[in-house]
Amino acid sequence: MDFLRPTTWEEALAAKADQPEAVPIQGGTDVMVEINFDVRRPVALLDLGNVAELRTWTLADGVCRVGAAVPYTRIIDELGEALPGLAQASRTVGSPQIRNRGSVGGNLGAASPAGDSHPPLLAAGAVVEVASRDGGVRMIPAGEFYLGVKRSALRPDELIRAFHLRPATGPQYFSKVGTRNAMVIAVCSFAVALHPGERRVGTGLGSAAPTPRRAVEAEEFLGRELDWDSRLDPALLGRFGELCAAAAAPIDDVRGTAAYRRHAIAVLARRTLTWAWNDHRGRRAA
Amino acid sequence: MRVTFTVNGREQVADDVWEGESLLYVLRERLGLPGSKNACEQGECGSCTVYLDGTPVCACLVAAGQAEGRRVRTVEGLAEGDRLDPVQEAFAECGAVQCGFCTPGLVVQAHDLIERVGKPSDADIREALAGNLCRCTGYEKILDAVRLAAARKAAAR
Repeated sequence: MDFLRPTTWEEALAAKADQPEAVPIQGGTDVMVEINFDVRRPVALLDLGNVAELRTWTLADGVCRVGAAVPYTRIIDELGEALPGLAQASRTVGSPQIRNRGSVGGNLGAASPAGDSHPPLLAAGAVVEVASRDGGVRMIPAGEFYLGVKRSALRPDELIRAFHLRPATGPQYFSKVGTRNAMVIAVCSFAVALHPGERRVGTGLGSAAPTPRRAVEAEEFLGRELDWDSRLDPALLGRFGELCAAAAAPIDDVRGTAAYRRHAIAVLARRTLTWAWNDHRGRRAA
Repeated sequence: MRVTFTVNGREQVADDVWEGESLLYVLRERLGLPGSKNACEQGECGSCTVYLDGTPVCACLVAAGQAEGRRVRTVEGLAEGDRLDPVQEAFAECGAVQCGFCTPGLVVQAHDLIERVGKPSDADIREALAGNLCRCTGYEKILDAVRLAAARKAAAR
């Protein structure tokens, strides 16, 4: 096995181009589990730990650009106000030790349908910045990034550099079902983001389909029916839950049944939209 | 490959390290530091918690090569000579140790908490220790120990 240690982004891209089968490793919270359990024997590990820029973030021209390796702990501490949905999801990742190492870039690279960062990225409309030495930069909307169970739009010679997200202009919430309050792989999860300026609501479902996905019909339904200046109509809320559940395509597995997941998605959808709506109305009244 | 890094203040060199090997394996099997425990190998149990450049991490999930040039502090590096760290003292005094397997990881993680947070609430303690499993104590005496260590630290400030 080779152990590659680029110290700049350009070196990292060159290493990946020369050896596309090299597995990028940063926090190691997914990759090392697979190696420890002999599930994976990569021909090379590409350690991104010395590419310092991947652990920086900037806010410029109204967009947050967050390096792929910024650990969850720092997203919680430093970006809670700008990216509240993602910060909430980050708080539910693993344990403090895992959050000190794990990052959104790793979540994206693994592309597990259960990854906690995916629903808030979808709901808030994130764009993933990837690049390769020979193909240059590609900007991939989160909704087009996930292609299948642990499959993404990332090409073999590409690396994930950052994700781009506009700071929240309205309330955002994330909720997750699991057996305890820590160290939980989601049974299912849900994120909602209100965009009051555009009179639009974004959604993201986790662990409820082969890929993380939006509930597009539910979003369109709210776009048509939601009265942004009044209380939330219970019938409308119920229908929103149904449409979110209908967007799910879950499976039975060790963590839960498909029927339970579908039911839970409806509950989480109603709950998170209610929380967000209370904030929205409270903000207007204040 | 060769990995050179600082462990508990001393530069250490490990040779013939396999590229897929974990930092935990290097500490235990190559450097003779068995304090950090090897249990789940998937970041679930916290018994291998060490400081990496001052941040607590699961050593089983760090590739050994990623420690090159970095600073690692293990449970063996907390005491000063024969004098236990206040967290270790509190664990012994409160009966927070039964079989002892989870203790090193809990001690390192609790050490980090009371370094960062002056007066941790019970919620802070539970959150900080959420990734460290103990199957003996039921956690109550561990919580007692962390409260005691934090109170002593606050009094000493």
